[in-house]
Amino acid sequence: MELTTVWFLVIAGMWTGYFVLEGFDFGVGALLRVIGRDEPERRATITTIGPVWDGNEVWLVTAGAATFAAFPEWYATLFSGFYLPLFAILVALILRGVALEYRGKRADLEWRGRMDTLIVIGSIVPAFLWGIIFANLVRGVPLDNSYEFVGSLGDLFGPFALLGGVTFVAVFVTHGAIFLALRTEGVLRERANRLAGRLGAVTAVLAVGFLWWAQALRGDTGSAIVAAAAALALVGGLVANRFGREGWAFTGTAVATGLAVVSLFAALFPVVIPSTLDPQSTLTAVEAASTAYTLKILTIIAAIFTPLVLLYQGWTYWVFRKRVVVAA
Amino acid sequence: MDTLDLARWQFAVTTVYHFFFVPVTISLVAITAGLQTAWYRTGKEKYLRLTKFYGKLFLINIAMGVVTGLVQEFQFGMNWSDYSRFVGDVFGAPLALEGLLAFFLESTFIGLWMFGWDRLPKLVHLGCIWMVVLGTQLSAYFILAANSWMQNPVGFRYNAERGRAELTDLWAVLTNKVVLVTYPHTIFAAFMVGGAFVAAVALWHLLRRPTVDREVFRTALKIGAVIVLAASAGVAISGDQQGKVMTEVQPMKMAAAEALYETEKPASFSVFTIGTLDGSKEIFSIKVPYLLSFLGTGHLDGEVKGINSLQQAYETLYGPGSYSPNVPLAYWTFRLMIGVGMASGAIALWLLWATRKGRAPAKWLIWAVAPLPLLPLVANCFGWIFTETGRQPWLVFGLLPTASGVSPGTTAGEVITSLVGFTILYGVLAVVEVKLMLRTIRGGLAGTDTPAPGSAPDDSESAEPLSFAY
Ligand code: HDD
Ligand code: HEM
Ligand code: HEM
Repeated sequence: MELTTVWFLVIAGMWTGYFVLEGFDFGVGALLRVIGRDEPERRATITTIGPVWDGNEVWLVTAGAATFAAFPEWYATLFSGFYLPLFAILVALILRGVALEYRGKRADLEWRGRMDTLIVIGSIVPAFLWGIIFANLVRGVPLDNSYEFVGSLGDLFGPFALLGGVTFVAVFVTHGAIFLALRTEGVLRERANRLAGRLGAVTAVLAVGFLWWAQALRGDTGSAIVAAAAALALVGGLVANRFGREGWAFTGTAVATGLAVVSLFAALFPVVIPSTLDPQSTLTAVEAASTAYTLKILTIIAAIFTPLVLLYQGWTYWVFRKRVVVAA
Repeated sequence: MDTLDLARWQFAVTTVYHFFFVPVTISLVAITAGLQTAWYRTGKEKYLRLTKFYGKLFLINIAMGVVTGLVQEFQFGMNWSDYSRFVGDVFGAPLALEGLLAFFLESTFIGLWMFGWDRLPKLVHLGCIWMVVLGTQLSAYFILAANSWMQNPVGFRYNAERGRAELTDLWAVLTNKVVLVTYPHTIFAAFMVGGAFVAAVALWHLLRRPTVDREVFRTALKIGAVIVLAASAGVAISGDQQGKVMTEVQPMKMAAAEALYETEKPASFSVFTIGTLDGSKEIFSIKVPYLLSFLGTGHLDGEVKGINSLQQAYETLYGPGSYSPNVPLAYWTFRLMIGVGMASGAIALWLLWATRKGRAPAKWLIWAVAPLPLLPLVANCFGWIFTETGRQPWLVFGLLPTASGVSPGTTAGEVITSLVGFTILYGVLAVVEVKLMLRTIRGGLAGTDTPAPGSAPDDSESAEPLSFAY
């Protein structure tokens, strides 16, 4: 396979990894006050993601850096074009990260309450804005012939984008609820299970609507099949949740989230950012790519170190596999 | 102010802020790992308690380092999109290496270390913190390799058709002669900050609560002060080498650092010069003959080029324009880096003397607590401001002027929004983090003596109900 294509797949894989992993910790963050009704419960809720959320976020850092390295033009247009949404995402992620780490450092409940609020906001806002950004990527944005974004902020908030934002939030919240059901014991587990069931129906409708619309805008048979598989996995996960099979339920939402992201990238390929102004100014993977030498080096590096990363991140989940219980 | 100035201000503000936390992280994690290793090997409880105490402070610090680093990563694309297009092929590779090799390692093993006290075998748990140390070192190396390429571009060819630099030799980029001297210098400078921090916290405890945990804090004070002294020596030696490399690859920066207008052979080092504000005339100065020649070239009578002749040479090479950076800024930041940093080394030496053979430090030494760690931290900032502004007007030396790197489509309004936003956010976070640090420092060693289940160093209240007692 051509290296540009390989790297398009790698970048798609990084974003997929990011949304599958950070997706559930966004969901847990968003549900913090809903699932955890008092301090010990909230503490237990946070503990489920405590050791892993930072590692999950590095998927974003690496996706960004890999895009910079393999597709400089894509990185440049994407990050300068979505300037204000990305700024808001950064602020939200900063507040969330600090709140997660500092929450337990003081005992008073007022402090912890404030940190909890920041965690909730810091989880919902980026989820919503990533939805906005990815929906716009699929739909296309106004790019001039030097691939610079020439639209306004308002252009980014059309109905399809808003649906994308809401869908991302819904999917992550459901994914997070199911993760909580998998990782906790007792009252938290029951509550998360019930909540996932109720949210799941709404999420399924939103997700099917969004993916359908995305495929109608841009997409081919291949991407449509992936999108359909994502929808099926989601439904399968929700059914498993219904029967209390948490491992299967989590596999279902994880696969669904992953395939949904893959279907968006599949719909885009070989384009990386479509222009709504002039088909000539649409940015493609080949035009955005680094040289063959750089891509070859990056391939060697990624081939050696990605399996290693997966191995030790996987080990972390193994070490912290036991269910969290709320202390009496 | 236009988009360019705003983007420059934003870069300066956010990067310098990121670099408040970076040196502390780099050194404190290594010191914590050293303490835990000492506990593992000797079984002495004082090392365990120090591990937990300084480990907690390290965790408070790194949380800020991580979130501010995220901004750095995004900022290249947001504010400097033409720069990203120009350098991505070369610059992206070290950045991607940093993410894949360093950040994953750091973040994953910090999680394991923090929550793994009672879940992992002792040796494995110790291994986790050493993996974090490895991560921070790799991270520093790769990002400095990227930065060094901007100071001295190597291993690339210029593609005029695409208008960009293209990588031809990654190894050359990773073994750039600039990064080979910059890396040790930055790491030693970081250890000055971390060692001074450890010593200052211990000193405060010894003075304020002379009877509480005296022996433990005496140990910490000694360890910290010795680290500062060793790192000062390292900084001076590596800085001297950096001066030589700089004279070779960026002679204009060295000339600006010395406010040297005319080429001199042999050249004398200015210890202190007052000149007119634009730096064009000298009013008063103290000079050490031959020293600059030695610093820059290694020979007492070596020639050091002056700003005027370099300006002429660059004009023939690159066309009309001004090729000198802000001279007073370069001159003063260079001196302040050295002076302020070394002052902290002097304080550390004094403290070792004052506490020799079991002596209690005198009460009045309390004044040393704050300057000890703050001086090397400030010196770090001056060093970076010198390095980065001394490169001007170039963004990538000799290839890309700073003005050509800024995002063409980004509006001044957008940059103002993010500049103001980050400045306010960073200001508030600074207050929160300093308060939390001070609180934790004041809390002392309480609760660090039991490696009881669930007492991960992040939960300060071991009396609290355990949320993860399995
Ligand atoms: C505690 C902090 C500290 C201290 C005491 C010193 N430095 Fe430094 N210096 C730094 C912290 C630093 C730094 C912030 O880490 C820099 C910025 C970029 C870099 O590589 O290191 C730096 C840069 C820097 C440069 C610029 C390199 C370039 O732009 O290419 C030179 C020539 C020196 N230093 C030389 C010295 C000498 C001769 C010192 C004392 C004898 C010294 N430094 C003490
Ligand atoms: C190692 C990675 C670094 C890279 C890749 C980098 C890159 C850059 C870039 C792209 C700019 C903006 C353009 C310019 O104005 O020159 C800049 C400016 C600046 N950087 Fe760095 N930098 C790095 C490290 C640092 C650090 C650690 C500090 C300080 C703590 C620092 C301080 C500054 C300052 C003060 C400016 C403003 C200079 C000016 O605009 O005149 N840099 N750097
Ligand atoms: C302007 C260039 C820089 C960029 C793009 C950058 C990027 C980042 C990012 C994204 C993180 C967070 C990683 C995570 O999520 O775990 C981070 C943290 C870190 N960076 Fe930077 N950084 C820059 C400058 C520097 C410099 C000059 C150094 C060291 C010499 C450095 C050393 C570190 C270290 C040790 C960490 C880990 C922990 C901490 O920050 O306290 N960075 N950086």
